[in-house]
Amino acid sequence: MKRALVLGSLAVAWAAAAQTPDPTAAEFDKFREIMEQDNPAELFEVKGEELWRARRGPKNAALEQCDLGLGPGVVKGAYAQMPRYFADADRVMDAEARIVHCMMTLQGFTYAELAKQPFSSPTRTPEPVSLVTYVAAQSRGMKISAPQDHPKERATYETGNAIFHYRAGAFDFSCASCHGADDKRIRTQPLPNFTKPEQAIRAVQGWPGYRMTGGVMHSLQWRMNDCFRQQRFPEPGYASETVSALLTYLTVNANGQVYRGPGIKR
Amino acid sequence: MRLASAALMAIAAALLASCATPQRDYRPDAVAMMMRDFHAMGIAGMDRLNEDSVQAACNQHQDNPPQGVADKLQKEQSAAIKWPADGRLLGDWKSGERIAQDGRGMTWSDKGGVGGSCYNCHQIGPRESSFGTVGPSLYQFAKLRGYGADIQRYAYGKIYNAKAYNLCSQMPRMGHAGALTEQQMKDLTALLMDPASPVNQ
Repeated sequence: MKRALVLGSLAVAWAAAAQTPDPTAAEFDKFREIMEQDNPAELFEVKGEELWRARRGPKNAALEQCDLGLGPGVVKGAYAQMPRYFADADRVMDAEARIVHCMMTLQGFTYAELAKQPFSSPTRTPEPVSLVTYVAAQSRGMKISAPQDHPKERATYETGNAIFHYRAGAFDFSCASCHGADDKRIRTQPLPNFTKPEQAIRAVQGWPGYRMTGGVMHSLQWRMNDCFRQQRFPEPGYASETVSALLTYLTVNANGQVYRGPGIKR
Repeated sequence: MRLASAALMAIAAALLASCATPQRDYRPDAVAMMMRDFHAMGIAGMDRLNEDSVQAACNQHQDNPPQGVADKLQKEQSAAIKWPADGRLLGDWKSGERIAQDGRGMTWSDKGGVGGSCYNCHQIGPRESSFGTVGPSLYQFAKLRGYGADIQRYAYGKIYNAKAYNLCSQMPRMGHAGALTEQQMKDLTALLMDPASPVNQ
């Protein structure tokens, strides 16, 4: 019932916004503020918490022993301190990649089944998306502080930087083609300059996010995937090192700013 | 004196720090990682991760290659422009407007049918307020620059291959990449150059 009410009021508000003749970013920000007071992302947060505690998978285990970097089972503050290096996987992992790793090692799921349809549709929200929404919510109000202590964390940042600036493909685009200069737009969509700390926060803030277009919950894994699609590149592997490296570059650039929790996106 | 020695200490510390972490080129690591992690999807094959000579020069020099390198590559790009055999560069500006509006094409979710994506980055016609600002405004393109044959040629050539004019331009090489047909590029040139086009009102 609450869900129906939330989604109903959302639809009304969205329809009202859609009628605005030339919606500006400022108008959308006001709209977002109102919507975030009753954010549908919370539904996925609750679902994620249930999944986190449930005994599931071939090994019939819960994820409560999953080490998100602050010790087994510690969820509070973990999202704000990822991506980070994990010795057991010998690589840097972003939050969703780490959750996938835990689902494989603790619960016995295979990568193939988790990577088969990893992104949300209007009729299906993959479990890692709900889980990462739950984990992210436990860092609400905390300072972003992706570590750069381990040599592999520093190397991953630099590799992410190089991926961000790598131009190739049919249209010669890199991430920086759209996100490397100030005050640019695609059509009416403002483009943050992610090479600058004060704007890099916009790569992190609001994710995971409830996306009004299509009415689905999306994580940063989806966002990076769709950026590469629009960059005219082939597809990056789900939860791959490339995606973690890019997220390391973006998140470290945003270090020191406050994360407001799962949000709302256009 | 104390201030001066403190400054010297700071400089020495900075030098030490820069020695301790020598700047190295992470592009090979980045490319190796992407080659491992990506897979072909739809029309977007793995070959798209390979740099051509222009992309390689721009990547290597942070979009600011030495003049000699840029000149040589720009000449090559210019020489590879295929000019229309009939010598006519202006098509139909109305069709050009539709092509400029169309932002589809070349992604893994596109089947075929490529638009110009022009409004994504440029202001062009006066009626479209939803335009991007990655590229310069093209409103009143010919009204400001003139309607002559040389400007027509510049407009067509720039659409065909922007890198023939500015090696590390952010603009896609619409003809060189095989994204747009000759007729589409003629129509876009007309949108910018036709005295009757709304662009030039």
